[in-house]
Amino acid sequence: MAWVMGASFFGSFGALFLKIGAGKLQRNLLSLITNWRLLLGIAFYLFSSVLFVFGVRKGELSVLYPMVALGSVWTLLWSRLILGEPLTRPKLVALGMILCGMAFIGMGAR
Amino acid sequence: MSTSTVSLNDPAQQRRSFILVVCCTIIGAAAQVLIKKGAGALGANPTMLQTAIAMVLTPALFAGYSLYGISTILLVLALRHGQLSLLYPVFAMTYVWVTILSVAVFHESMNPYKLAGIVAIVAGIAVLGKEQPA
Repeated sequence: MAWVMGASFFGSFGALFLKIGAGKLQRNLLSLITNWRLLLGIAFYLFSSVLFVFGVRKGELSVLYPMVALGSVWTLLWSRLILGEPLTRPKLVALGMILCGMAFIGMGAR
Repeated sequence: MSTSTVSLNDPAQQRRSFILVVCCTIIGAAAQVLIKKGAGALGANPTMLQTAIAMVLTPALFAGYSLYGISTILLVLALRHGQLSLLYPVFAMTYVWVTILSVAVFHESMNPYKLAGIVAIVAGIAVLGKEQPA
């Protein structure tokens, strides 16, 4: 469970850096290689998927799936705090529905 | 290809990004199914190194992780013009596809819990899809 929670946490940082890096993308190849934010985002993603594979082999899916969805909670938090995106009511409602949905799918998956 | 001078608040761009992320989730789900198929090649308690080697040498694992790579590239393209807080939660759609694919490929049973989960996630994503930047 800790593995998957870690995976969701690092995955959200992956998404954050991919977003910041994507905004700085230019046409030439050099800018792609020297885009450290993008590379850091990819590194976070890889790390997160390795943690996820370890977690899924051990734990109960009904607990793990909502943990995965927690990644969206972190990401919304970073979007608000770091990117300054508005945190609107529909976003929160959607997030709640998705969390519930993930819990249900996890419960059905055993 | 334009540089990202386009406003984040362009609804058409946001919609395109949204559809791109949904495509990502389809590819991501296919990746997960392949990885599950290939995971049998790993021993009971693989080390990080064994896992890394299996990722390259097992065809299903390799294909799965390659698809992950492709979906990540699509995600980056989508994120250029969209709000992260609107796009990232759409990733839960992956689990809807995975559940459907698991029933189709691994002949897992469909049950009311899974169905309720699918409905709730799709409804949540529909809310995000309707929500345009102010």
